[in-house]
Amino acid sequence: MATDRSTASRLLTNRAFLTVCLFTTSLAMLVLAGLLISIFWQGFGTLSWKFITNFASRKPAEAGILAPLLGSVWVCAICGLVALPLGVGTAIFLEEFAKRSRFTRIVQTNIMNLAGVPSIVYGILGLTAFARLFGAFGNNTEDALVFGDEESLLFFRLPFGSSVLAGGLTLMLVILPVVIISTQEALRAVPSSLRAGAFALGATRWQTVWGITLPAAIPGIMTGAILSMSRAIGESAPILVLGGLLLVFNTPKNLMSDFAILPLQIYNWAGRPQEAFHALAASAIIVQLVVLLLFNGLAVLIRQRLQKPLQ
Amino acid sequence: MTTLPSTLHTPRDPASLGRAKSTAVRVLRERVIVGSLAIAACFSILVTGTIIVVLARETWGFFQFPDVSLGEFFGGTEWNPLLGAEKHFGIWPLVGGTLLITAIAASFALPIGVVTAVYLSEYASPRVRATLKPALEVLAGVPTVVYGFFALTIITPLLQKTNDGFGNYNAMSAGIATGIMILPIVCSLSEDSLRAVPRSLRDGALALGGTKFDVSVKVVVPAALSGIVAAFLLAITRAIGETMIVALAAGGIAQITADPRAEVQTMTAYMVQIFLGDAPADGVEYKSSYAVAAMLFVMTFALTMLGQFVLRRFREEYD
Amino acid sequence: MPTESTTPENSSATAASTAQHGHHVVIPLAQPASAPTSEPTGRAITVREFSSWYGSFQALKSLDLTIPAQQVTAFIGPSGCGKSTFLRWINRMNDTIPSARAEGTLELHGQDLLAKSVDVVDLRRRVGMVFQKPNPFPKSIYDNVAFGPRLHRVYTRGELDELVEQSLRSASIWNEVKDRLHASALSLSGGQQQRLCIARAIAVGPEVLLMDEPCSALDPKSSLAIEELIEKLADRYTIVIVTHNMQQGARVSDQTAFFFEGRLIEAGSTETIFTTPKNKQTEDYVTGRFG
Repeated sequence: MATDRSTASRLLTNRAFLTVCLFTTSLAMLVLAGLLISIFWQGFGTLSWKFITNFASRKPAEAGILAPLLGSVWVCAICGLVALPLGVGTAIFLEEFAKRSRFTRIVQTNIMNLAGVPSIVYGILGLTAFARLFGAFGNNTEDALVFGDEESLLFFRLPFGSSVLAGGLTLMLVILPVVIISTQEALRAVPSSLRAGAFALGATRWQTVWGITLPAAIPGIMTGAILSMSRAIGESAPILVLGGLLLVFNTPKNLMSDFAILPLQIYNWAGRPQEAFHALAASAIIVQLVVLLLFNGLAVLIRQRLQKPLQ
Repeated sequence: MTTLPSTLHTPRDPASLGRAKSTAVRVLRERVIVGSLAIAACFSILVTGTIIVVLARETWGFFQFPDVSLGEFFGGTEWNPLLGAEKHFGIWPLVGGTLLITAIAASFALPIGVVTAVYLSEYASPRVRATLKPALEVLAGVPTVVYGFFALTIITPLLQKTNDGFGNYNAMSAGIATGIMILPIVCSLSEDSLRAVPRSLRDGALALGGTKFDVSVKVVVPAALSGIVAAFLLAITRAIGETMIVALAAGGIAQITADPRAEVQTMTAYMVQIFLGDAPADGVEYKSSYAVAAMLFVMTFALTMLGQFVLRRFREEYD
Repeated sequence: MPTESTTPENSSATAASTAQHGHHVVIPLAQPASAPTSEPTGRAITVREFSSWYGSFQALKSLDLTIPAQQVTAFIGPSGCGKSTFLRWINRMNDTIPSARAEGTLELHGQDLLAKSVDVVDLRRRVGMVFQKPNPFPKSIYDNVAFGPRLHRVYTRGELDELVEQSLRSASIWNEVKDRLHASALSLSGGQQQRLCIARAIAVGPEVLLMDEPCSALDPKSSLAIEELIEKLADRYTIVIVTHNMQQGARVSDQTAFFFEGRLIEAGSTETIFTTPKNKQTEDYVTGRFG
């Protein structure tokens, strides 16, 4: 004869599990809080306007992050300008144009795999493909072909060397799969009845995409794009492979300028034994996190802005 | 707000209004656009192809050096390319270091991640969810170098207080930090797949007299298992490929050990060491980093494929 | 019948095809009682031995049918009988389904709609469609109506305004929306949304309007408004409506075709189909004995 499991014991299990849940969740939140508090504790003292407007220095008291901050801005701008059209275009092709075929399945699987490739491997690709242009110019890593004046905005050279252009393109490789996948999800969320409505009016595929599907998917696409950009701005391993830890005392002037980026500056300072540099690293992290929060805030804002006219 | 003048008494034929657009232009534009989009889609194939060709070519070059043999690379237990008179290129110490860090990270990020996901999806009130979910997303957006810094300046000193065996660089600290890094991935993806389980399944189990625990653990979690396993695999892939945390906190001694207090070098950390150093670009040390990268690529590629297979093969379809 | 004498090629074709195919059904081009002012101009759509497949499943089996111009033709039949599939061939919406294919003759005013050379974009401009569930675009009311015209032609602001107003008037929704043309179409009620979709469809100046169960997602009052609108539109457009609701079919249509299991069982004037059907299956269906 079967014995009844007592209701009391089952309720107790339920209770116990809830306690475990609450414990782990608060542990996760405590870690987050600990992380933020410890960083603010260490870095707040050395954070000042001077810290943002100074260049790097051997003396901790005079060191600042102007070059890496602007370097990050340049690199991310290039990265976004290339990754967005390319990623959104790929997603549109896969979702709206391509028939379900062997080819599209391969492309789709390939994109999922690219999303799993460690970023440092993209650094190697960027080094070979962009910085050295596959060795097309021999062992020269820069200045094999030069166009224009080195000080001007339009200066250009082949191969790209460890320039902001090479850096931006390398980061583009890292975030491209993320942009594609998030755009695909945004497009898939658009009801197919809207597409049918447009086709029935005699819209071509592209007219349907441009007039109906894309506008409806824009909030989702923008959110995905901004989240990928915030990934790009924190990514450091590929840039490290590309150019090492560049000590830069200039802000970028053109696409061929040398550059530093904020996360690598943090790595540099964090890796030093002196406590004073740790404090600088913490201050730079605060700046980095503020930039990150601004990005996320922007994503929320854009989402609300774009959805408003229809409510 | 504009109101149209309502002066229309005799409606005109719609066909008489406006000027027709050219069909030829429309057809041409459509072709050009489809072509460009197809080229964009092919770019991702090109990226994969180039990665494989570059890694294969340089790895081939690496194996041409007299110091190197395929047998030692896959069978050797000593990785000593820079120091000493005799160079050794056995990959296992680097793989071992990577696996140790990954195991430490996974051993606490996976359980905590799933339990938190179950809590968020099944127990938490909407208000709690609305606070915790964005907090997790913030955690997911934090650059990994920040976790590395945290490991070095907070986790390691704390560990040293509990046990004298911990050095300034150790696997435990880097592993914990990597675990914190992958926690949001596990949690967020698991929660997504838990929430994708239809309500009717929960209602059915509740109606049979199950407690919330019975419903979550015996019904919802099994139903979402493929998604949870895929989340695990993705998180492990990330941990294996993580670079900045281990480069800062794990140290630089390539050795096979299971002692979490020991200093270890991972595959990624070795690559950082080479690319930051001044090894000549045609030397064996420099080329060895490509062989390590190829190994890393193969490992993560295999895990990603496995994850996709799990998702496709074991997904429960609800409609 | 008066109309047959005005279109001699129709009657001869009818005679010829009746001789060839035993099962051929001809819809007589009767003057519709509901729209006495209309001037039928003959047949709009001609279907001969038309079959279609989804992969290896044959959805439609050798249909023969003539759909008269400027009348309302209703397709009735139980779900899965192929009536919606057939409707979606008339504007080639089935092209979006990779496994769908068709054989036979399907002509609109003598033009073969299945030919490879058919410009489906132009075809869909000429053959408008209204869907089961209202599907207004997430845009303003004005932009919903202007979307189609802008695809095909270039308008001045004034012309477009005129076209939008005219289309909204034709769809009997102008008075309800004239003060909020730039509000979101999603702010309208379901019935209003469906009438907006009709306005959107007629704004591109189609000859034929296909309606796929246009009232099935609406409440009775909204359905009635759509039915009245259909009667009004029949003056200008050839309307083909798929309906589950037999009373509705009987109310709005001049002609009725009954589909069952991929075959066209019987077609004729609505009055005949509903009062004195020749076929037993038709009779069972219209009297509610099955389906």
